[in-house]
Amino acid sequence: MKWSEFFVTGEPLIYAADVAIVLTMVGIVFVLTYFKKWKWLWNEWLTTVDHKKIGVMYIICAVLMLFRGGVDALLMRAQLTAPNMKFLDAQHYNEIFTTHGTIMILFMAMPFIIGLMNIVVPLQIGARDVAFPYLNALSFWLFFFGALLFNISFVIGGSPDAGWTAYFPLASNEFSHGVGNNYYAVALQISGIGTLMTGINFLVTILKMRAPGMTLMRMPMFTWTILITCVLIIFAFPVLTVALALMTFDRLFDTQFFTMANGGMSMLWANLFWIWGHPEVYIVILPAFGIFSEVVSTFAGKRLFGYKAMVGSIVGIAFLSFIVWVHHFFTMGAGPAVNSAFSITTMAIAIPTGVKIFNWLFTLRKGKIRFTTAMLWSLAFIPNFVIGGVTGVMLAMAAADYQYHNSYFLIAHFHYVLIAGTVFACFAGLHYWYPKMFGHILNERLGKWTFWLFMIGFNICFFPMYFLGLMGMTRRMYTYSEGLGWTPLNVVATVGAALMGIGFIVLCYNIYYSARYGERDMTGDPWNGRTLEWATASPPVHYNFPVTPVVEDLDAYWVMKKKYGGFQVKEEDLKPIHMPSNSGRPFWMSVAFFVAGFGLVFKWFALAIVGALFIVLGLILRSFEDDDGYYIPIDEIKRMERAARKGA
Amino acid sequence: MGANGHHESFPWKHIIGFVLSLVLTFAALWVALSSGLPLKAVIVIIVVFAVIQASLQLFMFMHVNESDSGRIQTFNMAYSFFIAIVVVAGSIWVMQFVL
Repeated sequence: MKWSEFFVTGEPLIYAADVAIVLTMVGIVFVLTYFKKWKWLWNEWLTTVDHKKIGVMYIICAVLMLFRGGVDALLMRAQLTAPNMKFLDAQHYNEIFTTHGTIMILFMAMPFIIGLMNIVVPLQIGARDVAFPYLNALSFWLFFFGALLFNISFVIGGSPDAGWTAYFPLASNEFSHGVGNNYYAVALQISGIGTLMTGINFLVTILKMRAPGMTLMRMPMFTWTILITCVLIIFAFPVLTVALALMTFDRLFDTQFFTMANGGMSMLWANLFWIWGHPEVYIVILPAFGIFSEVVSTFAGKRLFGYKAMVGSIVGIAFLSFIVWVHHFFTMGAGPAVNSAFSITTMAIAIPTGVKIFNWLFTLRKGKIRFTTAMLWSLAFIPNFVIGGVTGVMLAMAAADYQYHNSYFLIAHFHYVLIAGTVFACFAGLHYWYPKMFGHILNERLGKWTFWLFMIGFNICFFPMYFLGLMGMTRRMYTYSEGLGWTPLNVVATVGAALMGIGFIVLCYNIYYSARYGERDMTGDPWNGRTLEWATASPPVHYNFPVTPVVEDLDAYWVMKKKYGGFQVKEEDLKPIHMPSNSGRPFWMSVAFFVAGFGLVFKWFALAIVGALFIVLGLILRSFEDDDGYYIPIDEIKRMERAARKGA
Repeated sequence: MGANGHHESFPWKHIIGFVLSLVLTFAALWVALSSGLPLKAVIVIIVVFAVIQASLQLFMFMHVNESDSGRIQTFNMAYSFFIAIVVVAGSIWVMQFVL
């Protein structure tokens, strides 16, 4: 690595980004100093172990990453609008589709889902926090600094450019010289450790911390999907950890695990990547199913249809998700026996998914439907996701896949499942739980504008891609010639992408507008909800429930409202509440991970060792720490409850 | 903490498990690098060492025999073995054509 190559040079877009980054940083420092908010930032946010605040930070990062990934997407659409465009060169285009994919899956979809589950799951099961609050903070900061490390690559050292799948041999030292793919290996490793710990944390939380009376079969559907998602995380992420470690060895120390020579197996990377990668897509889609279940049931005013079938199909999907991975590389040439087996298991996934679709439809049947923004996203999900699902079954046929493989047909398919599934769910969940997070409702009128712009734009953008794929346009090509006849559909797709971008801008404006003028939620239950999170104030006091609620049936809060007129708290039942202490260590340990990671990326091993020593120091300090948290006295609880219910 | 709910005065179990794990790891390293045995024998020996070490860790560190939620543990173990078989045997089967 030469010093002259340290900063990325030569692109006007990059220089503009440099200026924007410097200005933003100066702006943030100025605002924090001017309003004397540094102490507030440290005490209230950077050191917090409160699951709700951690969830909010996850979601803020996810929205920022949605912006970054979205800009990447718009740049790609701009380049592909017309044939022989000179807007981006081949190398820059490669970097942009790589970061778009990686960021959207790992740094947008994952943290959005994890943010929502942080905020909602402890509330839904009647708990005061997660099982391991300190670990939860560490998970967040590892994700944060992993994402930061990945994102600085485009101004320092150069971005990864081998696709979000980083297939070997392309991603090897032989074919990718720069530090870009080192960033990929190290940044994903750091945030992956965080995700793995989140999985363990929430599994324990859900299994061990449910309120009395909440048996497994009385859990809200969102909590069920998170439970199963955690199982998937715990079993799938170690495979990524190992694969990334081997990749790191290959790239930093010239080992030969995935190389072409010396007994390396380049396709073994693809194999390991997708053993993690396929469960990964269910890690982001199962919680989405949970969100839709909550929203549909609330706004249809009915108990979820076929609860047991719903649980069964989630478990079934989770089981099948581990035995389908080869469908991502049917064309590798593994032979008819292997391809047929994986073809059948893949198609089998359509069965439990179909069961769920019908359950949502039957929940809607004869319901008193309220067309709120959250409900619109959920209703639009069903037909859009079915289009993605059906084309998925087409791709699942190994023989036919030789035609579709890596064409725009595939691009259209997975955007239809990931956007109509996960992104729609994130927006539905954001609108639905927004009052619980911030105490005010997101403006419904602007919300519906976002919905229509984004949903119509999405279809205009991605539906033509099915046909572009059938016409022979392949994925990851940075330009095409005029005679191929792809121009009209590409123009249409770009128009759709622009509409989605406008929808996103309206969403951001809505967040600002609602914070200033939005309707405050004084009741804690703005949607006439059914589950326990609506029994708390909006936003909930940091200990969540003054006394632990007792659950009598599914839809616990609905039953409380019918039987007792709400969640009744008697003052004589109050007991001092035990809460965990804040800690700054998760933050600085994650900074140490970042420093160590940065050192590894550039092969500055002295720096990496210094970072690693601080990580070990953090572990040692934690091992000898004797902090059992603190108790909130009863008078303090009474005072806080009165303040929260007044909205003060 | 065990099923009877008291801490031992000194974590002997963990120390023994740790030392045995180290011994098995270095033994495997020695067998692979400097024993001079034929390749097949080396692979068989280190796999045996690995299995012994895995089960050692399950009992010494992960308390499989100390939980009162036996059914969940059994299910958990069964699922783990299923995933392990899928990943290892599945990969070998899938990658056979290049092996």
